Amino acid sequence: MATRAIPPGAAIGRPLDRVDGLAKVTGQARYSADVPAEGVAFAVAVNAAVARGRVASIDTSRALAHRGVLTVITHADAPWPDHAPARTDLEEPEGGVLWGRPDQGLHLVLRDDRVRYPGQPIAVVVAETLEAAEYGAKLVSARYEAQIPRSDLDAALRTQTPFLPPGSQLMPAGDPVDTRRGDPETALAQAAHTVDQDYSTPMEHHQQMEPHATLAEWRGDRLTLHDASQGVHIRQGAIAAAFGLPRENVRVISKFVGGGFGGKGRAWPHVVLAALAARAVARPVKLVLSRDQMSSMVGYRAAHRQRLRLGADADGRLTAIAHDNIQPTAAHDTYLEATAKSTRALYACPNVSTSHRLVRFDVGVPTSTRAPGKAPGIFALESAMDELAFTTGIDPIELRLTNYAETDPRADRPWSSKGLRACYAVGADRFGWESGPIRPRRRREEPWLIGRGMASSVYPGFRAPATARCTLHPDGTAHVESGTLDFGVGTYTTMAQVAAETLGLPFEKVRFDLGDSALPEAPVIGSSRTMASVGSAVRAACQQARAAAVQRAPDSDGDLAAALATIDVPLTAEASVAPGDEWDRFGIHAFGAHFCEVGVDADTGIVRIRRYVTAMDGGRIINPKLARSQIVGGVIWGIGMALMEETRTDLVTGQNVNTSFADYLIPVNADIPDIDVVFVEPEDRHANPLGVKGIGELGIVGAAGAIANAVFDATGLRIHDLPISPDKLLAAL
Amino acid sequence: MRPFELARPDSLAGAMAAVQAPGAMYVAGGTTIVDLVRAGAERPSRLVDINRIPGLVGVARTEGGFRIGALARMADVAADETVAAAMPAVVQSLRLAASTQIRNMASIGGNLLQRTRCPYFRKPDHGCNKRTPGSGCAAAEGDDKAAAIFGASGACRAVYPGDLAIALIAFDAELEIASAEGEMRLMPLADLHRLPGEAPHLDTTLAAGDLITALRIPASASARRSVYCKVRDRASYEFALVSVAAGLDVDGSGLIRDARLAAGGVGTVPWRLTEAEQALIGTEHGTQAWARAADLAVRDAVPGRQNAYKVDLLKRTLVAVLRNL
Repeated sequence: MATRAIPPGAAIGRPLDRVDGLAKVTGQARYSADVPAEGVAFAVAVNAAVARGRVASIDTSRALAHRGVLTVITHADAPWPDHAPARTDLEEPEGGVLWGRPDQGLHLVLRDDRVRYPGQPIAVVVAETLEAAEYGAKLVSARYEAQIPRSDLDAALRTQTPFLPPGSQLMPAGDPVDTRRGDPETALAQAAHTVDQDYSTPMEHHQQMEPHATLAEWRGDRLTLHDASQGVHIRQGAIAAAFGLPRENVRVISKFVGGGFGGKGRAWPHVVLAALAARAVARPVKLVLSRDQMSSMVGYRAAHRQRLRLGADADGRLTAIAHDNIQPTAAHDTYLEATAKSTRALYACPNVSTSHRLVRFDVGVPTSTRAPGKAPGIFALESAMDELAFTTGIDPIELRLTNYAETDPRADRPWSSKGLRACYAVGADRFGWESGPIRPRRRREEPWLIGRGMASSVYPGFRAPATARCTLHPDGTAHVESGTLDFGVGTYTTMAQVAAETLGLPFEKVRFDLGDSALPEAPVIGSSRTMASVGSAVRAACQQARAAAVQRAPDSDGDLAAALATIDVPLTAEASVAPGDEWDRFGIHAFGAHFCEVGVDADTGIVRIRRYVTAMDGGRIINPKLARSQIVGGVIWGIGMALMEETRTDLVTGQNVNTSFADYLIPVNADIPDIDVVFVEPEDRHANPLGVKGIGELGIVGAAGAIANAVFDATGLRIHDLPISPDKLLAAL
Repeated sequence: MRPFELARPDSLAGAMAAVQAPGAMYVAGGTTIVDLVRAGAERPSRLVDINRIPGLVGVARTEGGFRIGALARMADVAADETVAAAMPAVVQSLRLAASTQIRNMASIGGNLLQRTRCPYFRKPDHGCNKRTPGSGCAAAEGDDKAAAIFGASGACRAVYPGDLAIALIAFDAELEIASAEGEMRLMPLADLHRLPGEAPHLDTTLAAGDLITALRIPASASARRSVYCKVRDRASYEFALVSVAAGLDVDGSGLIRDARLAAGGVGTVPWRLTEAEQALIGTEHGTQAWARAADLAVRDAVPGRQNAYKVDLLKRTLVAVLRNL
């Protein structure tokens, strides 16, 4: 019997609108804080007023006396259940390692009188109304035995020897912390051209539009959380571990998430506060962080201090790269991110060393923030490459092509696919890049100094195990599910496209559901890996379901719609898929190139972006419209990172001071020109069954470098310390 | 939020009666006060909503210039083409302020009374003499990147954040003020804001119960040839790093007959650059005069640890503004 082929290109590759777009713009999409609950009470956290020390006493009486306040919970009376894990390593002053603990450090919440970081919750007020809880939180007063916090990174670098905790690995993929191939020092000493430069990037906060929010409800010893998260299953595990519950006793639901960017991957203390509060009042409790608390109670991108050394021969061929990075972390954690990791892979060079070290600080725990490590790391590398291009007089694209890595420099293996050459060519063409050496200050349109710059982007092609389920119904529809999430990128839509394509059903007949730990297990969304991981599982589940249905209806002639017309009960298939040995056999990376034109006001030092072109190799593009949005979002963040974004900390109190959207600057529409996005690579045949490469973080990586390079071209000034604000440019204009 | 009463009088007399209560404050657009109450920086016992009082709206042409009701919204004045033609700097200062949404709500009178954006003013865990007298000034040792280079005292270096008042003091605007006793008086805007001195919690010279009811802006040749330039990191919705309001009256031979200069983002109060103005008057409109004015403009500047760039930025902005005027 002949099997009819599924019509190709039915859904994948089409620029479909978001299936949830209408619900979102009409306010019908329920984010975690929007979920109603009968008898709900409201909780507001009280934050420590000092950054380091002990809570000597807390007076909750005025809060308790306020009308509507139900209870105030402190470390003295937090209703941790008896079966919660013992208070291990709480007293250890330094060297705690929260990362890797199943409870993600949640065991520290309201467990003792120590204040470990500014903004640490020391109490939570629960009330009948949000207003009563907010006011009650203001009425709680505490006395502290305060110590002087370590808040000044420059001071810490003067007094501390950067260290490496035993057993350290780079997050998130577990790569080695230090690498070395060849002999970079000797090569640097013998190089015709060298660059040796320090770069710094500041602390930044995610500033998701949707604040962190949790609705917690207990039924006996079963806990349900509607929670703004990036991973329902990992959060389920963390909360279960913190409370000493069997995993199945905890259910986490996140149907809509308004931005994550890494910040909602780990569970922060407020999730436990909500659960403790719900336990204390035996009612559902809702807790939403204020915008101010979004800069103290949750993770952030740590500041980075990098040293980049390049050596090259007379023709610009790289002979040495040394990339050394220092990051601050909390006194009670060892989070270390992969800042120099992509330096190992981007250019062909025989002598390469990279290192990562930590210094301790009285701050909250840092965490992944869009393109963790790569965004600051590639800013430094691509700035240094531009400095080398200037020094050697070689066109910046030519310099990169001279050092093009035809195979993965980290091991003797080919790339799974690499469209970077095409990114340079296509991007340069669309931008109108005139080849030649960098000659700063050569264009002027009063009062603007005009410059252009470019930079590469690179992002590893991560993939993790994932499970999906496909149920085919007699009415010809398919319901596909996985416990992944959609934090704004369009996963509801793109997974349905993969399912429709695989099943050969019309897109309208397929529904994809996500965001519930009761659904098949999926990894944290992050590391740009959701399509490679969950998409592959969706494809496998749909293939199995389709095969079963067609097999059950031999007369359907391979036509699924016809097959479904013959069945009278739903048919379900579940598939778990995991990466194979492709990471050993191939270097798997997405690539890209940024091109931008800036104007620098010669009078005031203000920088404005005039034109932006970005060419990306993201493998197969499931939905060009949503993929473009991903890249545009990344580039806009990159513009903010380059020009304005910076969390400012009071070095006396250790607290962050610019914690509102008026004071923490991110770009507004007026800052952003039209951004031209083009994808260059048809598909990757080796990375995963779908042929995709992650694009969620590709857009931000390299953007700040391209802008810094354009500022140099415009002004002749090289700014090594982000953001490139007028005060830094003025001194030399 | 801390509880407070809301009074909604429908007459000036009613408002005056309602505001007698200790801790009572007026509210118009509410764009600042609600924010400050939530942040714990203001603690009113009662807010007296003045939006129902008749006669406080509208932009009217008068013999000498314009009279603008205190309840006119920033957006109303920003869109007024007659004001735009007669005094471009005033309208530009409004169009470059805040965001569309805020301008639609915020009143002209309230805008003049906007309180500082010094970060510590909104951080109750930090000392701030403006917020809590006697609690110290965290900016003295902490983050002073945005702090004032003019008019600071040991007690306070918080910048006056507004735009409109900068343009208005350059052109000698006056305020109509109703006192709690129901008497009306006229006061130069330049007399409204007080230097922090030892009492930075007092932003203005207004007495308890005083209500700004209208604004008068005299027309002049220099107002007609004027500009407001706002320098900031991002293109919209940010307070000025430095701003300059400038107006010139230049005769046929290129001599400056009248010069008006004021600066924002640099002073604890709206900062008129009187010496620089005087230096320009009677001189030729050209590079020499601009450079001399810029030098004089910053002569009294006292920068802190992180805000020295404002001195240079003000000079450069001033020269650029004059060059283009």
